[in-house]
Amino acid sequence: MPYSDKVIDHYENPRNVGSLPKEDPNVGTGIVGAPACGDVMKLQLKITDEGIIEDAKFKTFGCGSAIASSSLVTEWVKGMSVDKAMELKNTAIVEELNLPPVKIHCSVLAEDAIKAAIADFKKKRAARAG
Amino acid sequence: MAVKLPIYMDNQATTQLDPRVLEAMMPYLTTQFGNAASRSHSFGWTAEAAVDHARDQIASLLGGSGKELVFTSGATESINLALKGAAAFYKERGKHIITVQTEHKATLDACKRLEKDGYRVTYLPVEQDGRVMPKTVADAVVEDTILVSIMLANNEVGSVNPIAEIAEAVKRKKKDVLIHCDAVQGVGKIPFDVEKSRVDLASISAHKMYGPKGVGALWVRRKPRVRIEPIIDGGGHERGMRSGTLNVPGIVGFGKAAELCKAEMAEEGARQVRMRDRLLAEIQAQIPETYVNGSLEHRLPGNMNISFAFVEGEGLMMALKDVAVSSGSACTSASLEPSYVLRALGVGEELAHTSIRFGLGRFNTEEEVDYVVKLVVDKVTRLRELSPLWEMHQEGVDLKSIEWTAH
Repeated sequence: MPYSDKVIDHYENPRNVGSLPKEDPNVGTGIVGAPACGDVMKLQLKITDEGIIEDAKFKTFGCGSAIASSSLVTEWVKGMSVDKAMELKNTAIVEELNLPPVKIHCSVLAEDAIKAAIADFKKKRAARAG
Repeated sequence: MAVKLPIYMDNQATTQLDPRVLEAMMPYLTTQFGNAASRSHSFGWTAEAAVDHARDQIASLLGGSGKELVFTSGATESINLALKGAAAFYKERGKHIITVQTEHKATLDACKRLEKDGYRVTYLPVEQDGRVMPKTVADAVVEDTILVSIMLANNEVGSVNPIAEIAEAVKRKKKDVLIHCDAVQGVGKIPFDVEKSRVDLASISAHKMYGPKGVGALWVRRKPRVRIEPIIDGGGHERGMRSGTLNVPGIVGFGKAAELCKAEMAEEGARQVRMRDRLLAEIQAQIPETYVNGSLEHRLPGNMNISFAFVEGEGLMMALKDVAVSSGSACTSASLEPSYVLRALGVGEELAHTSIRFGLGRFNTEEEVDYVVKLVVDKVTRLRELSPLWEMHQEGVDLKSIEWTAH
């Protein structure tokens, strides 16, 4: 199955690969997927007290489309507010990367990773406030 | 010497047509176009003689007589004809069939069809090395067992089954059980003889042995006579077992391919084993956490199947874009289930997703092996840097202790 040029570009030159300090109260970590399913995404967002995503890093175990989907969302969410990031839909990823039907689950996983990272950040804040 | 890209290393999927085979076929694709069933003129006689010569060439490799070969469109058809044809003919004798979980889909799906038609099928498990033991098969034989279907060598992990011992054990338990061997991957690569192995039916394919696509054969024993009901009716070709005009150029190529495989088997097998062992040794020396799937001892010369833990197979294949290999990961299929063959060997799902099959063949060189090793080492290292699982593993996290969100 041929990959789109955009998938190949993100796969060959992935943006924002790496890790942020998990313990940092401003960092939310989302790990979604399962090794047994062939995809695991770790997305970390560094969020200001004002709720703006100032940095994003990812690591992904998965096929080219999974790697490209996670690379793409790290680019997209940087500079976004948390509320705006929560509205990101997997369909936008599908469209941007031109993913075929069998690869839609990769985009769903990337959307879930954003939500999981933000949820982790909110949990940390709530714990701090409480 | 610089290697030419892309490199083809998927020889269990198909093989390149040997130029010597094409040369043998050319007259029958051009001037000698007769129908082998035409009895009234020289065009037909020439075609028939060419087919008969090919029968002899194939029988010389496979054992038995060329007259026992029924030509088909390929091994999928041969396997369907063997299983459905024998099941139909011997249905009064019984309705139980035995096969193995790691068989090719042609066998498994034909068996599923037979189950719908009222037959009972036992799907035997395999050992961790991918082989099935004679006792396992014999123990599964019951009073109304009519047929056992077992592959000579597995297409994914290369494991070679002890066919002769299986046939002997089965016949000792019940004399009239027929043995069908899907010999597609093994024939021409390793010694196999239908007479010595005491099988009754054997399926083979030309394109897995440097012959053309679209032609295969089913060997059907004549002494004692094995009967099958045809699944394609028509002009009564191939002694009524498979009607349809013979693919004369394809069959001529099949014959030549068999002749070459026989003549070069010992030397070529040893060469492929050397390349395979070099590939494995170099990869294992340079990449930690790699696992061989299947048997090292009882294995096809040209097959190597390795799991690269923490790196997903399809992602790795994308990085190896100038090398044609295949993966047991099923990221492209709708099911997301990894290879059923690896699962049957007891390979965990997470490792099954990281497997790559390297299929070496006649046209691969040591230089290509070295190129592939270097590329694999580079890319696995890069993808592990990208892998959250590798990071966790480095941090000493036990991945099995994590509750994953399956999707």
